[in-house]
Amino acid sequence: MKDAAQNDPHSALAAALHRWRRRLPRTMLILPAVCLAIAALLWTLSGGGFANQLVYSLSIGLCCNVVNDLAWFLQAWGHDRLRRLRRLPPSAGPFASGWAGVVPAALVCVLLGPPLGQVLAHSLLGFNPPSLFDLGSKSARVTLVVSALATLLLVLLLSAAERVSTARAEAEAAQRQAAENQLRLLQSQLEPHMLFNTLANLRVLIGMDPARAQAMLDRLIAFLRATLNASRSPQHSLATEFERVADYLALMDVRMGARLHTQLNLPDALRDLPVPTLLLQPLVENAIKHGLEPKVQGGRVEVSAQREADTLVLIVRDTGIGLSAAASAAHAEGSHFGLAQARERLTTLFGSRATLVIEDAADAEGGVLVTLRMPVNNAAIAATARAARTP
Amino acid sequence: MTTPTALIAEDEPLLAAGLRADLAALWPELVVAALVGDGASALTQALALLPQVCFLDIRMPGLTGLEAAQALAEDWPEGVPFPLLVFVTAYDQYALAAFDAQAVDYLVKPVDRPRLQACVSRLQMRLADRQAPFGSPPGHPASKPTASAADDSLAQTMNQLRALLGAAAPGAGERPPLLDVVQAQVGSLVHLVPVAEVIYFEAADKYVRVVTAEREHLIRISLRELLPQLDPQRFWQIHRGTVVQARCVSTARREESGRVTLTLAGHRDKLTASRLYAHLFKGM
Repeated sequence: MKDAAQNDPHSALAAALHRWRRRLPRTMLILPAVCLAIAALLWTLSGGGFANQLVYSLSIGLCCNVVNDLAWFLQAWGHDRLRRLRRLPPSAGPFASGWAGVVPAALVCVLLGPPLGQVLAHSLLGFNPPSLFDLGSKSARVTLVVSALATLLLVLLLSAAERVSTARAEAEAAQRQAAENQLRLLQSQLEPHMLFNTLANLRVLIGMDPARAQAMLDRLIAFLRATLNASRSPQHSLATEFERVADYLALMDVRMGARLHTQLNLPDALRDLPVPTLLLQPLVENAIKHGLEPKVQGGRVEVSAQREADTLVLIVRDTGIGLSAAASAAHAEGSHFGLAQARERLTTLFGSRATLVIEDAADAEGGVLVTLRMPVNNAAIAATARAARTP
Repeated sequence: MTTPTALIAEDEPLLAAGLRADLAALWPELVVAALVGDGASALTQALALLPQVCFLDIRMPGLTGLEAAQALAEDWPEGVPFPLLVFVTAYDQYALAAFDAQAVDYLVKPVDRPRLQACVSRLQMRLADRQAPFGSPPGHPASKPTASAADDSLAQTMNQLRALLGAAAPGAGERPPLLDVVQAQVGSLVHLVPVAEVIYFEAADKYVRVVTAEREHLIRISLRELLPQLDPQRFWQIHRGTVVQARCVSTARREESGRVTLTLAGHRDKLTASRLYAHLFKGM
């Protein structure tokens, strides 16, 4: 079993084994404690020597535990076999979270554990081993019923406790992931190259054209504020999103001069639709950084929004050097972070109802076309917004 | 004293204008011979105008400032002192600051006046060094003593360029796996050429020529992309456009220009290693 699990780290068996290892310290602490309590209970109920009762209860506890684990591994193994038979790739399935297979394993455990434990205890104490389901004597019946009830209780309690701790661990992991994403977004937006070049332009403008310098500074302030606030509000209106894109493009326009042409098309009817905060901006940055900046003669960036039935379609198009050229450019460091991040956010919010497609533009002007589709009636964003407001 | 001339290569027009204005204030004699916005123009204009100073922005479309400097070092005509280089960057990802500013200086944007003043003073001093000590007549910078001083500074410049180009090469962490076989497509036929049989690779526009003892192929990849996939122990870059398999080189002869001419075992072609890579061929 162990070998198979080690061979394939993604199998259900491996997940089950991992969970078993994780639970081992807790099991070794709780099991003797519970057995001790049951022994004391049985001793007061039906008498007999305390030592005998302890041997009984420990044997039964041990057998229950072993039977439970075995039943559980068997299910995981069956899950793997079934997937292999269906020629599916191995998957931990529900066995990673620790809730799968609990009820069947508990049933097997309650049925088989106590009688097996009794047999073990009998042979340990040197009594004549009874047949497996010997319910002849009253004390045997009491022992069996108490053991079965205790086992059932224990299994349910342990599973519930595990479920709580798993949920907590998952929540923590999700929180950590969100914080990490936020940091990476911030890092990509406040990229030193962009920031210092912008400031260098500003420095020149102050001497040359103070009014224009002030306008540029206003754009920079709006850009910085939006970037630093992006984590606070998960959504804003499409009109606001376009304003943020316009800020960024205005900064780039000062920097690139005649090499950059921009065009924003937002129909009035779509202005108030909610969209995830700063979803478009990293895509526009990509278009400039990887499409237009490397192109000697520069080109055009177009951002447009349109509605197709219940789908909001957002398009970022550039007339830059195109996908393959951009991919082969040496400075690939972090190049597609913007895309990966936008895709990740869409998937989190809308699952398969949102798509992001990046392709070479088909017309003569060339460049790259990014098409983003998401449902208009997006309850998901609203839900996230609510969740973000409640601490 | 000859009028000092400079070339400014900067893709952001305001920054180019700003640098020119600041230079005009700090160094009125300096004539900005050309103001260009991309690396390829920087190279052609510099070779045409032969300025004494080049301000090169590092991140530019086409060639980067570093690549332009590499090409300049390789194509610079003999007898003319190599220009003093000043790299300009908004974000110092090449650890330029680690370099001794004697040969190659650097500026980090935004450039403040005191920093630019210091740079200008250094440049003026170095230009004066080139001309003054032996009183060589203006217009004859190649006269003997000055030429040897220029040689020293050129050697120093080459060393720093080499180090910079090494630092600019793709990070060792994300190095792609080494290539075993080159796949060259001709129509619907793909030739598989073992890398071990390749004598040299040569950049040809958007292609790379793959030369073996028997024949040659064209592959559709840039030398820049190909280079990290070759074993640097076996394949040596000897020019910005040439990579040779070391075991196929039979002799190397150093020319007066500082370039090195290579003859090959198993092929009639002769290759030239540029000044930047001449140090690879030294007797043991």
